[in-house]
Amino acid sequence: MELLSGAEMVVRALRDEGVKYIYGYPGGALLHVYDALFQQDEVEHILVRHEQAATHMADAYARATNKPGVALVTSGPGATNAVTGIATAYMDSIPMVVITGQVMSFLIGEDAFQETDMLGISRPIVKHNFTVTRAEDIPTIIKKAFYIAQTGRPGPVVIDIPKDMTTPTERFPYEYPKSVKLRSYNPVTKGHSGQIRKAVDMLLAAKRPMIYTGGGVIMGDASAELTQLAHLLNYPVTNTLMGLGGFPGTDRQFVGMLGMHGSYEANMAMHHSDLILAVGARFDDRVTNGVDKFCPTARIVHIDIDPASISKTIQADVPIVGPAKVVLEEMIDLVKDSKKRPDADAITAWWKQIDEWRGRHGGRYRTDDSELMKPQQVIEMLSRVTNGDAYVCSDVGQHQMFAAQYYKYNKPNRWINSGGLGTMGFGLPAAMGIKLNFPDADVACVTGEGSIQMNIQELSTCKQYDIPVKIICLNNQSLGMVRQWQDMNYESRHSQSYMNSLPDFIKLAESYGHVGMKVTRYSDLEGAMREAFALKDRLVFMDIYVDPFEHVYPMQVPRGSMRDMWLSKTERT
Amino acid sequence: MRHIISVLMENEPGALSRVVGLFSQRNFNIESLTVAPTDDETLSRMTVMTTGDDRVIEQITKQLNKLIDVVKVVDLSEGEHIERELMMIKFKANGQMRAEIKRTADIFRGQIIDITPNTYTVQLVGSSDKLDAFIASLGNASIMEVVRSGVSGIARGEKVLTI
Repeated sequence: MELLSGAEMVVRALRDEGVKYIYGYPGGALLHVYDALFQQDEVEHILVRHEQAATHMADAYARATNKPGVALVTSGPGATNAVTGIATAYMDSIPMVVITGQVMSFLIGEDAFQETDMLGISRPIVKHNFTVTRAEDIPTIIKKAFYIAQTGRPGPVVIDIPKDMTTPTERFPYEYPKSVKLRSYNPVTKGHSGQIRKAVDMLLAAKRPMIYTGGGVIMGDASAELTQLAHLLNYPVTNTLMGLGGFPGTDRQFVGMLGMHGSYEANMAMHHSDLILAVGARFDDRVTNGVDKFCPTARIVHIDIDPASISKTIQADVPIVGPAKVVLEEMIDLVKDSKKRPDADAITAWWKQIDEWRGRHGGRYRTDDSELMKPQQVIEMLSRVTNGDAYVCSDVGQHQMFAAQYYKYNKPNRWINSGGLGTMGFGLPAAMGIKLNFPDADVACVTGEGSIQMNIQELSTCKQYDIPVKIICLNNQSLGMVRQWQDMNYESRHSQSYMNSLPDFIKLAESYGHVGMKVTRYSDLEGAMREAFALKDRLVFMDIYVDPFEHVYPMQVPRGSMRDMWLSKTERT
Repeated sequence: MRHIISVLMENEPGALSRVVGLFSQRNFNIESLTVAPTDDETLSRMTVMTTGDDRVIEQITKQLNKLIDVVKVVDLSEGEHIERELMMIKFKANGQMRAEIKRTADIFRGQIIDITPNTYTVQLVGSSDKLDAFIASLGNASIMEVVRSGVSGIARGEKVLTI
């Protein structure tokens, strides 16, 4: 058997796991590992400018492929800089393996240089974490980390490696385990058949059904099954922010996103529904609004891989623990085999009602109250220019909600955003992670002048590796979502929500060797955007000036029911 | 409602902190917690006494089960079970209180495990209620120190918590 050092085993195990890119930043505790990386060319390392970006790149790769991304950061500040990225992945159940350097094992606890208790710090934001206490355990630990990260409900796993576990002179027989088994971890592989049968009976008897799906459909690779079941039944489908693309955005049965900034028709339909089939969604507070007023007439079937997600905030009538794909497949078979059919009259009436809601609001926004471009127009243009086929990597704020509402996602894994944690600064590194792995795809980073500045240093990484993403910066010269809340709840006292010292983004982009475009008129938008996407091998920073006073609507009234919404600055349900 | 939750977990460094961290992170109560290795040295057995309504207890058991190091979780309060807690209590024992403490300890089937001319240390094993009752019944004695182990529990009958 081949003898390898701990450092070499780290790199070899990643290779054997099929990892092509890792994203990271070197430092003292990892120098042995970086030296091992230098001496091979199978695993390629991407040097970021800040460790947070490394985690977001790895995370975005995972969101697009459902396979774990890998980040490599040193001890102390390297590890703590990665914390935001780890928490981002954790909140959205994204598989990721983060390897952190650590001081020599005999120094742990002595406040050594660049020491931090990464196991302790990361514990609440990981699915699991490991420390290496014997170098020969490295292959097994890495295998376990990948296994845990991507099975069951996925999540990030941290491996903390003290420097002396990677000493080049200490060599051990290397063999990468083919599989791994943990007696304390057995994710479910199928749902309870009795429960599934019960759920299908309820589905077929429903008069005002809603199918509400989340990120579990995306990460569980269940989009095709969901679409098939929904078409079979002709029931309306709504997606959470994390679930967009799980069902085709241009399908007539799609009623839009639900929740705080959900569509009028989705929130109205949820409120009046008599049966909700929830798939891979967790009844998050941004979805349910006031839990005591949530969907008063609905019975709830809840499918989730994580039992702890079921009945956590909203009691399920029929809980089904299992992978979305397998459970939906079983449901499709049962619906096909059943002698019962949905109540045609009731469903026709239900669709009539939903279409009426759709006609009443239907995602319209005003374009006549200002000379300025509306941010919604920019997103609709992006959807048109890219044929709804781009990877859209969003930052966090108003632009994120517009990108969720107005881009039509017809495929899963194309809408890449930080939903749970709401991490500003996510967009650019996420877009980079995607573009690197899908060089032929259109990759847009939808951002604002606030968010982009949280990881703008990565323009340098893009220069180093020629990563030609398109940055669509909706520049409203303020922290738009904060400002919106201040308008609505604080009598427009705009405390610290201005960005009145913006750089010249065009010159900034150019200083990194990229292309900058400034767009201030709607009439110039289409031409500029087409030109930007035609520049296949250049990063283009589109600084697009939009109406700074625009708000995101609909917006649910806090602690109300699903149907309590502001529809514009003056209109309420 | 008071619940006694038994957890069988991998005897690994950091495993305890994952459980304790989970309780604080998710705003669950811990009234008492005991932990020690079992006859199988790769496993630790933990008993957590907690309070909460049914929904909270359901979340506690589900979240505990999600921890990778946790092998099995049982809510002992759901069935017939035995619970015991050990207490050592040090009294100032002078004058007529000296005899009173001895008598009360006998009634509660406690043992005096350390003696000085001025003190008694009593060991008492039983349910938490019994320990509380012992302290209450010696309300007029001068208690110098109390140390309680927290609750350990086991199911009655044939039911066992093993792998």
